[in-house]
Amino acid sequence: MAELLANWLDFLPPEAIGALIDLVAIVAVTVVVILCVAYATYLERKVIGFMQLRQGPNRVGFRGLLQPFADVLKLLVKEIVIPGRANRWLFLTAPVLALVPALAAWAVVPLFPGFAVADLNAGLLYLLAMTSLGIYGIILAGWASNSKYALLGAMRSAAQMVAYEIAMGFALVGVLMAAGSLNLGVIVEKQAGGVGNWFILPLLPLFLVYFISGIAETNRAPFDVAEGESEIVAGFHVEYGGATFAMFFLAEYANMILIATLTAVLFLGGWDSPFAGLIDRQWPVVGILAAPGLFWLAAKTFLFLFVFLWLRATFPRYRYDQIMRLGWKVFIPVTLVWIGVEAVLSVLDIGPFK
Amino acid sequence: MAEFQSYTMNFGPQHPAAHGVLRLVLEMDGEVVMRADPHIGLLHRATEKLAESKPYNQSIGYMDRLDYVSMMANEHGYVLAIEKLLGIEPPPRALYIRVMFDEITRILNHLLWLGCHGLDVGAMTIFLYCFRERENLMDCYEAVSGTRMHATYYRPGGVYRDLPERMPRHLAQPDANRVSGRDKAMDEGRDGSLLDFIEHFTRRFPGHVDEYETLLTENRIWKQRTVGISVVSPERALNLGFTGPMLRGSGVEWDLRKKQPYAAYADVDFDIPVGVNGDCYDRYLVRVEELRQSNRIIRQCVDWLRANPGPVMVDDYKLAPPKREEMKEKMESLIHHFKLFTEGYCVPEGEAYAAVEHPKGEFGVYLVSDGANKPFRVKIRAPGFAHMAAMDEMVRGHMLADVVATIGTMDVVFGEIDR
Repeated sequence: MAELLANWLDFLPPEAIGALIDLVAIVAVTVVVILCVAYATYLERKVIGFMQLRQGPNRVGFRGLLQPFADVLKLLVKEIVIPGRANRWLFLTAPVLALVPALAAWAVVPLFPGFAVADLNAGLLYLLAMTSLGIYGIILAGWASNSKYALLGAMRSAAQMVAYEIAMGFALVGVLMAAGSLNLGVIVEKQAGGVGNWFILPLLPLFLVYFISGIAETNRAPFDVAEGESEIVAGFHVEYGGATFAMFFLAEYANMILIATLTAVLFLGGWDSPFAGLIDRQWPVVGILAAPGLFWLAAKTFLFLFVFLWLRATFPRYRYDQIMRLGWKVFIPVTLVWIGVEAVLSVLDIGPFK
Repeated sequence: MAEFQSYTMNFGPQHPAAHGVLRLVLEMDGEVVMRADPHIGLLHRATEKLAESKPYNQSIGYMDRLDYVSMMANEHGYVLAIEKLLGIEPPPRALYIRVMFDEITRILNHLLWLGCHGLDVGAMTIFLYCFRERENLMDCYEAVSGTRMHATYYRPGGVYRDLPERMPRHLAQPDANRVSGRDKAMDEGRDGSLLDFIEHFTRRFPGHVDEYETLLTENRIWKQRTVGISVVSPERALNLGFTGPMLRGSGVEWDLRKKQPYAAYADVDFDIPVGVNGDCYDRYLVRVEELRQSNRIIRQCVDWLRANPGPVMVDDYKLAPPKREEMKEKMESLIHHFKLFTEGYCVPEGEAYAAVEHPKGEFGVYLVSDGANKPFRVKIRAPGFAHMAAMDEMVRGHMLADVVATIGTMDVVFGEIDR
């Protein structure tokens, strides 16, 4: 498609064509992510609904399929109330600050073979940077709202983010050591060739730490102390409504999908087929199962997304200090130990660590 | 000198964990609560005063609305006090019906408590699981009284009417060809009488309790959130006036059903669960075990009620309304009916205190009669009031999230605290 576009626009200078192609890719990925967010909310309500013996949304459209759009419409036409004595400018900037990194992080995610909006060599670093930036939106929202509940939520979120960012970073170091590259595309390619080559087996502790830290980082249950419904009402976004709230909502779900996708990319071979080693690509009919592609990434992402929802329906909420304890005293030591183990193994040339 | 910085935070009355209209003024140091000051009165409806202005029977409905999740238990306390003043004893079948519905009420209350406590601590699903079973018991309420919650079923001298022979169904005509499986499941166990339905319920309920326990009892997060939170020693629990599961959770074996048996509790077999540490987790375990024990009592009542038909109301037209048919034919019955529903009955001069083991603790009604058809004074002893008074002591030094767990463990309902 890129070539088609280039031929069609050959009267433009090559730099402009490159920029245009990037723009198309950015718009395409963003739109898809936002649509996925819309249906992630639908999925969440349906899945949790069935776990809780309820129906979930089923009134707007066929089986409630238009519910996300009804919600968006409702949120967009609602009035944005700015609380008295709030810092107006920061109050309105905060949701943007939360949303932008959540969407920007998608730039380096390899979606199918040979495609990422930006094929950065420092992709992993970029991801760490972007996922950490989202916290500024939350802290500013909590601070600018001029509400004690919001401030408490922001403080909790900040502390939690620091603790889990470190564990997450160390888990990524483990992946980096195994793959020998910061480029996400290369990391996926290193895992090519079926389940046996995926990093989930040699890096199992890091995989668990990464995924759980990811849940904590996105402020999802059971780590949702930052918005803890029954304690601090809605935490940092308690004063937000309408479109501003919608942006926080969008950011939270975009982050959730991002974490699910990244777990798939980093530990489950991304677009790689689980049958790659078992089925020959040349076989008739079933051969297609071994082909790498967006489908496999989507399936793995869906799996992790489901786990997100499953956890939310099952567990009570941690207390703030208990989350800190888990982060600092359990996850960080686990990752450090495993990085050490990995280092020893790679020196001895054992397993995939060569 | 260390710098002391604290701030106050308004917790409620518009708060998802305020269980109605609790307003707490919290003095906080960061996340830690230095002092909690509960404010009450936002649901005050002057029930006691209202009851003093009406004939005795007309206030039974107000008792339902005190603790609006354990309706019949409230009625029981009030009706028992009137009976004490009148010096009457209801027929045994009425006593067994009362015991059965008291225990159904206990299950109703504890299920709501379990769901809300879970929700407070962040476990969502338990809430809907509990409400599934609550729905069945609400149907039992509806079957005997015509209403799901505020039953007004207990009357001085017995209960309003005998148990119905037919359990109401969701589907008017069960047509196997046209009805989906889900709809048919709603009518499960409803083929026979109310007693058949209740027996069907008691047979499956222990399994449901196991389900709740799978979600919570051994859950690490649940234990981290409840073990060692809001510990109350047995001595303090007694001094603070705790009753019911709050007292038993602290290890004091005190249950009015055993210690001062009323109705038919002396004849049924059940155990009193007692906690050890007096923390939120122990109170949780005590209440869950009470679910099982209540189920056991209900089962025994069902068996007894099956075997022993009989009257459910005293045979005294000064207290109980006459039959409709008699009213059509006998002048005397018509007069009795008219007098009873307009003027009520006069109660001999004196005073009486009657207490029942309400799901939340000791629910007592103190009545003073001056011989008129209205009580001279009604004083209601609501268990939740004493528990709420211990709020500060229980949460001091704990974190904000524990305040929510503590409100949950107290099982507060503002209908009875504010009265």
